[in-house]
Amino acid sequence: MSEARHGHRHEEADPARQKASRRILVRGPWEMAASILIGLGVLMLMQPFFMWAFTYSFIVLLIGTIGFIIVSHFPE
Amino acid sequence: MSISPIERAAATTPPGVARRVKGLSDRALAWIFVAPTILLLLAINIFPLIWTIRLSFTDYRVNRPNREAEFIGLRNYERILTDGDIWISMQATAHFLFWTIFFQVVIGFALAYLINKKFRGNDLWTTIIVLPMMLSPAVVGNFWTFLYQPQIGLFNYVVGFLTGADPSSFSMIGEVALAPWAIVIVDTWMWTPFVMLICLAGLRSIPDSIYEAAECDRASKWRQFWTITIPLVLPFLMLAVLFRGIENFKMFDLVVQLTGGGPGATTELTSINLKREAFEKWRTGYASAYAVILFVTVFGLASIYVKALNKVKER
Repeated sequence: MSEARHGHRHEEADPARQKASRRILVRGPWEMAASILIGLGVLMLMQPFFMWAFTYSFIVLLIGTIGFIIVSHFPE
Repeated sequence: MSISPIERAAATTPPGVARRVKGLSDRALAWIFVAPTILLLLAINIFPLIWTIRLSFTDYRVNRPNREAEFIGLRNYERILTDGDIWISMQATAHFLFWTIFFQVVIGFALAYLINKKFRGNDLWTTIIVLPMMLSPAVVGNFWTFLYQPQIGLFNYVVGFLTGADPSSFSMIGEVALAPWAIVIVDTWMWTPFVMLICLAGLRSIPDSIYEAAECDRASKWRQFWTITIPLVLPFLMLAVLFRGIENFKMFDLVVQLTGGGPGATTELTSINLKREAFEKWRTGYASAYAVILFVTVFGLASIYVKALNKVKER
């Protein structure tokens, strides 16, 4: 019990780690990246040049869309 | 002393009901009010969506209900994403999307810019311009097939009058090269007023004081247009583009009435192609996978739309 409490206190007392995760998991850039993936997926789906791009368009779109849903819950 | 409507409602509530409601917390009451909507949403939106996703992994055919559907994993997706016909259909949709949005934005903005100037009969012109948007797409599709008739069509006559070409020498909806443009023209005619209205809202939201300050700084009209009008209307334009993009991606009725997807499959947009797979070829599992692909595409675009909308709200 005391170990658990100690562990909890240790987690709380690690501001550098929290700061780093807060700096990385910021909504803005991740949302932008997901939007770019969605845009790229739509372009790949509808372009008339490469069949391979059409084939892989859905997976790009899916990653972008699911990514967007996840990162829109990140802090501002 | 006057009695408030709330007190009057409380007085007319039967004591039994009042006692029961009194025992409920605000949270429980909120849930009671929201529950019918949630149930309805689950029944008509979420359940069909989950069922479609489930069917997309099977070879189910709705015209063979007694045959057991077999789980085939991602094979439907693999087939769709390597199918040349669907790729062509996506290209037809892209052509339709790109050119309708381009023309609607350019013409819609120009019209809004003109209508925003104060002149006599301004309101009457706005009403006349907005009329096509109020018509049913099926009606529009139907009467444009008459306008496009090579022998009696007004469109061919006007083109012939302006260019000197023989009106019966070309058919807008019967020729492979012209049919994609025929649907672009009709959609542009119908939906440009919508873009115009959004642009007009944007233009009217710009305070005159900004232009007056620019006048004081001796900024030319051209400079005012590029540094004040365009940046301030841009969020509205962006919304119009995204909104029309999502709508046109799902375009069905207008094109079915106008060309039926033809000649050949030149104007067979994805929604028409999907309907054929689902209800003419009865490949339900395959069509479900196709629908999921289109859903993810529209959902992705809608996510960006909501993000843009929030940005506009922040401004």
